[in-house]
Amino acid sequence: MIEAKNIIKTFKNGPIETQVLKGIDLIVNDGEFIAIMGRSGAGKSTLMYQMSLLDHPTSGAIYIDGKDATALTSHERSRLRLVTFGYVFQDYALLPELTALENVVVPLLMQGMSEKDAAARALRALQRVGLHERPGNLPSQLSGGEQQRVSIARAIAHEPTVLFADEPTANLDRESSDAIMEIFKELHGRGQTIIMVTHEDEYGTLANRIIRLDDGRIVSS
Amino acid sequence: MNSLFTDIRVGWYLALRQVRRASKWTTTLIVFVMVLTFLDLVVVTGVLVGLIDGITNLYRTQETGDVILTALDNKNYIENSAQVAALIKGLPQVETVTERYSSGGTIEANYQESAGDLNTKTNETGASFVGIDPNTEQAFGKLAGYVKEGSYLSENDYDAVLLGSLYVDRYSFGKMPSLTPLENVYPGSKVRVTINGNVREMTVRGILVSTANSPIAQRIYMPADELRLLMGRTDNNVDEIAILLKPGADSGVFRDTLLRSGVGDVAKVQTFDEAIPNGVGEVKDTFAQIGNAIGSVGLVVASITIFIVIFINALTRRKFIGILKGIGVTGRAIEVSYVFQSLFYAVIGSGVGLLVLYGFLVPYVSAHPIVLPISAAIIVAPVLDTTVRIALIVIATVIAGYIPSRMIVRKNTLDSILGRN
Ligand SMILES: Nc1ncnc2c1ncn2[C@@H]1O[C@H](COP(=O)(O)OP(=O)(O)O)[C@@H](O)[C@H]1O
Ligand SMILES: [Mg+2]
Repeated sequence: MIEAKNIIKTFKNGPIETQVLKGIDLIVNDGEFIAIMGRSGAGKSTLMYQMSLLDHPTSGAIYIDGKDATALTSHERSRLRLVTFGYVFQDYALLPELTALENVVVPLLMQGMSEKDAAARALRALQRVGLHERPGNLPSQLSGGEQQRVSIARAIAHEPTVLFADEPTANLDRESSDAIMEIFKELHGRGQTIIMVTHEDEYGTLANRIIRLDDGRIVSS
Repeated sequence: MNSLFTDIRVGWYLALRQVRRASKWTTTLIVFVMVLTFLDLVVVTGVLVGLIDGITNLYRTQETGDVILTALDNKNYIENSAQVAALIKGLPQVETVTERYSSGGTIEANYQESAGDLNTKTNETGASFVGIDPNTEQAFGKLAGYVKEGSYLSENDYDAVLLGSLYVDRYSFGKMPSLTPLENVYPGSKVRVTINGNVREMTVRGILVSTANSPIAQRIYMPADELRLLMGRTDNNVDEIAILLKPGADSGVFRDTLLRSGVGDVAKVQTFDEAIPNGVGEVKDTFAQIGNAIGSVGLVVASITIFIVIFINALTRRKFIGILKGIGVTGRAIEVSYVFQSLFYAVIGSGVGLLVLYGFLVPYVSAHPIVLPISAAIIVAPVLDTTVRIALIVIATVIAGYIPSRMIVRKNTLDSILGRN
C-alpha cells in the first residue's frame, strides 16, 4: 500500500516559484491498477516521481506499507526502488550496449542474485512480455514496441510490489501500444499493483481507478 | 549480502559489456595512447640511462676492467710492474690481468701515394698508442671481436697495428680536436708511426669498430715489445695494469686489498667507477631525472586522455546512469564500472607495452644498439622499475577514470533521467 499525504511540490527557478503539486492525498491499495490522467502539464509525472521515490516532495509524506519513506536515507530509498518498485519509462531507457536479457539481468544482480539465477529469471520475464526468442538482441536491433516490452520485463522480473509506468505507450504506434496494454492488463489480472500515467482515455479504462489531475490537484477519482 | 561485493560484481558486469561493445576504433586508439605512455615512461628513461651505462660498460670491459692500476702522477710508468703483476695474478679473486704500454704519437697515411700524385694528400694525426700482448688482451676484453676489417694481431706479429674506428674516416664521426681521421686506409695499407722521435713504417692489420666513446675506438694497438722499443723504454715497466675480477668479487674491497699490500706506493689504484671519466655518474643521474620528467609528462597526458574519454563517455550516458540509479543500481556500482573500464585500458596498454618492450625492443636494441655519436645505447629497463611504472600508470588511470564518473554519477538522479541540469 502506498499513501501520499498532502504532497506539495514547488519548483524554484531563481525568484520564480511554481507550485506544481498543490496538496495531493492518495491511497493506492495492493492489487490496484491506477491510471493517472490529465492534460499535459497537470503534474502527473511529478506526482509519480514523488510516489516512486525518484524525487523529494517539498512537503507532505509518502508512506509505503505504513512507513514514512521521506524519512529514509538515500541508500534506503535506492534499495526500496530496487526491490519494491518497478519502473517503465516513456522512452524505454535500456542500456544500449546491453542485450535485452542483460538489461533485465542488471537489477537482479544488484539484488545479490547469482548470474545464472538472474539470467533464468530474466528469461522468464522476457517470456511474459513475448520476447523470449530474442534475448540476445541489442536495443538497437529491436523495434520501439519490443524495447518497451524489454523495459517492462526489467521492471517486473524481480516481482515488485508496485509497478510504475509514465506514459509507456506515448512513443509507440497503435499496434505496439495495444500489445503493451495487453501485458499490463495481464499483469494486473495476476494481482500486480500498477500506477500508470496516461493521457489516452481508452487505456485509462483498463484501470480500476482513474485519478484525474488538473493544475496540481486531484479533480476526480 | 556484502554490498561492496555486489557493487563490484555489477560494475564488472557493466564494464565488461561496455568495453566489449565499444567502438573498436576508440578502444584501439585509447590502448595505443596507453602503450605509448608506457613506452614513454619506461623506454625514454631506459635509453637515456642505457646510453650512459653503455659508455661506462665499454670502459669496464674494454679498458679498465674492475680495477685499474696506472702510473702515479709524478711517474711515467708503474715501477716494479713485473712484481706487482705477479702479486695480483696470485690473488684468488682475479680472473684476468692485462699489462699495457701506452704512449702518444702521430700516425701518417697515404704518404707513398702523395709522393707521385698531387691529388692525394698525406694524412697525419695525433694518436694514442697501446702496446698489448694479443692473447692476454683477447682473454681480457675479447678485442678480436671488434675487428671489422682485416684480422686481429697474432702472437708473433711485427710492424702491425690495429686502428680504432675514430682513426678511419669511414667509421669516424668527423674531425675532433687533435684527431684527423685517416682517409683511404684499409687492411694492408702502410702507415708511418712516430713515437718519441722514433719513426717506423707499419702495416694496418685490422680495423676495430666500436662506438665513438668506446676506448677501443680511440686507440691504436700494436705488439707490446714494439711499442716499448719505440717509446725507448729500457726496462719492462708498463703504463697500465687492468684487472678483471671473478663474478661476485667486489672491486672496492679488492682495491683496498691492493692498497694494503703496498701497491699504492708504485701505482694509482682505482676501481672502474673511479676511473671512468669525471662526471659520468652525475650525467647518468641527470639523464635518469630527465627521463623521469619526460615520463611524468607522458603520464599526465595519458591521465588527461583517460579523464576526457571517461568524462565524455559518462556525460553522453548521463541519462542511462540516471536510469540505472533510478531503478536502484548504486552510484558506487556505476563508478566501479568506469574504474574497471579505465583499468582495462591501463592493463591492456601496459600489457601490449610490455610485449613490445621485452619481446622486441630490449632484445632487438641489445643485439643492435642504437649507435649515437656519444655511445651505443641499450635499453635499461629493470623489472622492478618497470613494475613500479606500471603501478603508476594503473593508479593514474584509475583515478583519471574514477573522478569524472563520480562527477556524473553524483548528479541528481531525476535530473539525469530527464536530461535537466
Ligand atoms: N524541474 C522543474 N522546474 C520547473 N518546472 C517544472 C519542473 N518540472 C516540471 N515542471 C513543471 O511542472 C508542471 C508539471 O509537469 P509534469 O509533472 O511533467 O506534467 P505532466 O507529466 O502532467 O505533463 C509543468 O508545468 C512543468 O513545466
Ligand atoms: Mg509527464
